[in-house]
Amino acid sequence: MGWLLEICDITKSFSGVPVLNGVSLSLQAGEIHALVGENGAGKSTLMKVVAGLHQPDAGELRLDGNPTRFRSPHEALLAGVAMIHQELLPFLDLTVAENIFMGIEPVSGPGWIDRPALHRKTVELLDRLGLKIPPDRRMRELRVAEMQTVEILKALAHNARLIIMDEPTSALTDREAGALFAILNDLRQRGASIIYISHKLEEVFRLADRVTILRDGCHVATHPIGGITTEALISLMVGRPLANRPRSAPGRAAPPILSVRNLALGRRFNNVSFDLAPGEVLGIAGLMGAGRSSLLSALYGLDPADSGQISIGGRALKISSPRNALDAGIGLVTEDRKVSGFIPLFGPRQNMTLAALRRWCRFGWIDQAAESAVADEQIRLFGIRASGRDQPVLRLSGGNQQKVVLARSMLAGPGVLLLDEPTRGIDIAAKEEVHRIVSDLARNGTAILLVSSELPELLSLSHRLLVMCEGRITGTLDPRTTTQEEILTLAMPG
Amino acid sequence: MSPKPATPKSRTVLRLLERFGLVIVLLIIGTALTLLQPQFLTSANLLNVARQISINGILAVGVTYVLLTGGVDLSLGSIVALTGVVAATFAHPGEWPVLVPIALGILSGACCGALNGLVITRGRIAPFIVTLGMMTLARGLALLLSNGRPVSNLGTGFLAVGGDFLGFPVQILILLAIAGASRLFLSNMRLGRHIFAVGGNEEASRAAGLNVAGIKTFAYTMSGGLAGLAGVMLAARITTGQPNAGVAYELDAIAAAVIGGTSLSGGVGGIGGTLLGALLMGVINNGLDLLNVSSYYQQIIKGIIIIGAVWLDRRQRN
Repeated sequence: MGWLLEICDITKSFSGVPVLNGVSLSLQAGEIHALVGENGAGKSTLMKVVAGLHQPDAGELRLDGNPTRFRSPHEALLAGVAMIHQELLPFLDLTVAENIFMGIEPVSGPGWIDRPALHRKTVELLDRLGLKIPPDRRMRELRVAEMQTVEILKALAHNARLIIMDEPTSALTDREAGALFAILNDLRQRGASIIYISHKLEEVFRLADRVTILRDGCHVATHPIGGITTEALISLMVGRPLANRPRSAPGRAAPPILSVRNLALGRRFNNVSFDLAPGEVLGIAGLMGAGRSSLLSALYGLDPADSGQISIGGRALKISSPRNALDAGIGLVTEDRKVSGFIPLFGPRQNMTLAALRRWCRFGWIDQAAESAVADEQIRLFGIRASGRDQPVLRLSGGNQQKVVLARSMLAGPGVLLLDEPTRGIDIAAKEEVHRIVSDLARNGTAILLVSSELPELLSLSHRLLVMCEGRITGTLDPRTTTQEEILTLAMPG
Repeated sequence: MSPKPATPKSRTVLRLLERFGLVIVLLIIGTALTLLQPQFLTSANLLNVARQISINGILAVGVTYVLLTGGVDLSLGSIVALTGVVAATFAHPGEWPVLVPIALGILSGACCGALNGLVITRGRIAPFIVTLGMMTLARGLALLLSNGRPVSNLGTGFLAVGGDFLGFPVQILILLAIAGASRLFLSNMRLGRHIFAVGGNEEASRAAGLNVAGIKTFAYTMSGGLAGLAGVMLAARITTGQPNAGVAYELDAIAAAVIGGTSLSGGVGGIGGTLLGALLMGVINNGLDLLNVSSYYQQIIKGIIIIGAVWLDRRQRN
């Protein structure tokens, strides 16, 4: 049988960190193919390679059996491959019709847009799928589900034969999702193929013909949907054995330093309650968008909670800015260190002292000698490799950047440290160092709230584990006895 | 680990060029001008240059604070006019002690700057727009307060600001004092460090607990206050408060800062470079005057220098 698309042995790494390791996958015409895997398994990256957003380091794509290379999403689109991203990027102030035919508008004369033809073609397209969206409505006025439909129409207007959808239902209600599935089924009957990335296994079983599981950038298995159970699927997603379990929970029954009760923020998380004791590492597991990062942002005052209570050492506090949090002894190492972690042109010295500069000042005047001494000490303590205390942090490796950010949080003297994906994008050696630092900090009495998408990391560092799903805590587990399957089951919606 | 280093020697030369490039350019131009027109290198002419750059220099130092936070201030020229009129109004002979008009001039400039900063940070409006509005607003106020006429008949005490002290123009002494203090402030004080941090990465500064809005507002207030000082100095030098003075001064000030290596996107730069930038612009103006180049050509040349300096700076950085 002829394949529509063959993905052969694709390899891709970002700044030395491998993300895809020789992944192969073949796609038939007229099939819905689900792609599943944990966070960071490489699903989105693989699809971005297929859609021309990334160039593979090795391997090739074959379309209808012919080796193909897409140098841009535009080339992919011309060849009939369209990707609809999780975050939609429509032209909000243009109309539905203008969005659908962007770049391929019907024109007359020397480039005038033929508006009657544009309208007619849009109506034809809408009718084909039996949809009722006014072609002249501005995108801004549409609901998310309608915008998504417009994206699909845009793909069809380009005669796309393969549509890639990344978590399309994450912002949809059940009814809207149902309508989307009807459209996708309809497209399949007309011979289009769809690659469907989702965390929601229920959708996968309802919609897909076949399912492929990725893990750690490798292809694990491809099964017809009838030939596999949910449990089998989850165990294929987890797969790897656990390296090391934590030695023991902190023996002392210390009173909690941080208590959170019924904390809520809009649609991002609600009814979150937990306690954290000094010297304890509390891990939070969950899928992307489960509300873990939002929770940390709220505790740190970057994006304050709407309701609920935060107490430090038994005293209720209102935390509405990072300054409040720092004054209360809460520190944060953010998820994206380039965006919100460090000042790129400052060296380790200036970055590390930034949150607590007052400590080395008299009457607003910085004691440069004391500051430098502290910086040198921290550089040694954290094992930061830099040419000097003033080498721009921009030029350091990801691991060393992360250690600078950690050092800054610690210099502010927090009793509670919030860590959001502290080892993302850093190499294995640096990862181990960061793990060692986290354990040392906890041993010295710092209470740590750890968000990570890497289950082995969570299981080896945490004394206790919370699982979040769709903004709620769905379980509290003991990392010494739980299994990755158990965690993933609690983390999956539905 | 790090990229292959160049040989130590060529690296030193590069670093020297990077650090003193502007000084070297200044020396070359100075030498050329001396050879072409010996009159350039006389103390009378050099003092003249100093006098000419002092007002632009003060404005450039002020706008450097704002540029370092990643903002921009287009209202400086109008604030110069407004504060000159305010100061002149209180500087008639025998009415008020000389410190009153000076203080009121600086204060009214600082108020305009603070207003800029508050609207930008509280209203979340782009600095370009807010200071553009202030540019028109302050000009209108200056015309309103003066009825559109120059305010003249100023006291001798006030006019001394535009004169000499021990053979040196007072204006250049003020510039040097302000520049020196600003340099120390920016490199040694906590608030100075915070200004660089906000311009370097606003998100990260907020996450580090800095009061980003307060820091920005401070920078605009500083810029406005120094424009007030420049307004006082200009009124003293031309012996009137001129509501039409100062048009486009902000552009020369920004140009001086940018030529001196301050980045328009914030976080990079400093007072030393700004001062050199102002000096370079002054020397070129003066030299072209001495060489009898028409003022039309002067403007063309100035434009080319501004673009060329930034282009060189970009190349160096990449």
